[in-house]
Amino acid sequence: MSTKRFFAAFLLVALIVAGFVSFYASGDPDGLSKVAEDRGFAAKEKEHSLSGSPLGDYGVKGVDDERLSGGLAGVIGVGLTLAVGGGLFWLVRRREPADTPS
Amino acid sequence: MHVPDGFFDAPVSIGAGVVAAAGIGVALRGARAELDDRTAPLAGLTAAFVFAAQMINFPVAAGTSGHLMGGALAAILVGPYTGLLCVSVVLLVQMFFADGGVTAYGINVTLMAVTGVLVAYGVFRLVTKVLPANRPAVTGASFLAAAVSVPASALVFVVLYAIGGTADIPLGTLTTAMLGVHVLIGLGEGLITAVTVGSVAAVRPDLVYGLRGTVRRPLEVRTAQPSGA
Repeated sequence: MSTKRFFAAFLLVALIVAGFVSFYASGDPDGLSKVAEDRGFAAKEKEHSLSGSPLGDYGVKGVDDERLSGGLAGVIGVGLTLAVGGGLFWLVRRREPADTPS
Repeated sequence: MHVPDGFFDAPVSIGAGVVAAAGIGVALRGARAELDDRTAPLAGLTAAFVFAAQMINFPVAAGTSGHLMGGALAAILVGPYTGLLCVSVVLLVQMFFADGGVTAYGINVTLMAVTGVLVAYGVFRLVTKVLPANRPAVTGASFLAAAVSVPASALVFVVLYAIGGTADIPLGTLTTAMLGVHVLIGLGEGLITAVTVGSVAAVRPDLVYGLRGTVRRPLEVRTAQPSGA
């Protein structure tokens, strides 16, 4: 598989997982939340300072359809992570002197 | 395991922030050696994939779920330094989804990026030293590394909670509860990590950091460059 095709396939898998499969994820509390509930320290949790964010709780504000809202949030999250991570890694990368166009 | 605001007092939050900053600083220096024109895009995609996979909560016990942390997966695919940065970037983006507290960012980086990667990569290197350097061995080592890293992060949570948790929970009770559920979540982490690393290793073994030195890069067809380029 060519590198380009492989990268495209990897991205596609991430988009499908975040945009589609995520709808079927378990809604139960995760390990830490459950322990916090059972052991009585869940109440210590403070409201998230970004809970009013347009992407708060993995949904897009203003999109009422739950599947669409969550899927869109997932796709945006994948895009944001790729942009921030990819940008950072591209800046940090080792540059081969021979490959640098003059 | 995303820690919300309010679980830890200020000294522990700040202390973990210092640990996180140091870890990210060291990783930024180390990642240079791991990243080139080919692996930098792969690292960005790996971070994006970890974000996606973290949305998938899988059931582990009655009324409890877990999801991938991704430290093992990222470290084995793109290298430990870059892997630490991948998870830290994911945690940063997730704050805009109101997942993981803002003042708890240092704690979450310490637990999932620093501890997750250190433990996972350490186990991975140990296991691959013993086993032959081939795809099945690397897939198995990925499972084990990922599976161990989750309860390890849970243990570090307990240690931090003992130092500066905001509620008075008996340490033994907390340890048992955290370890019990995170051993199970670790099995899911191991499975997802092994399947992902195994799949990438099947199609492009040359791109897998954990396989470096064992596979030769396949020949690539390249278009001719004008001379002097």
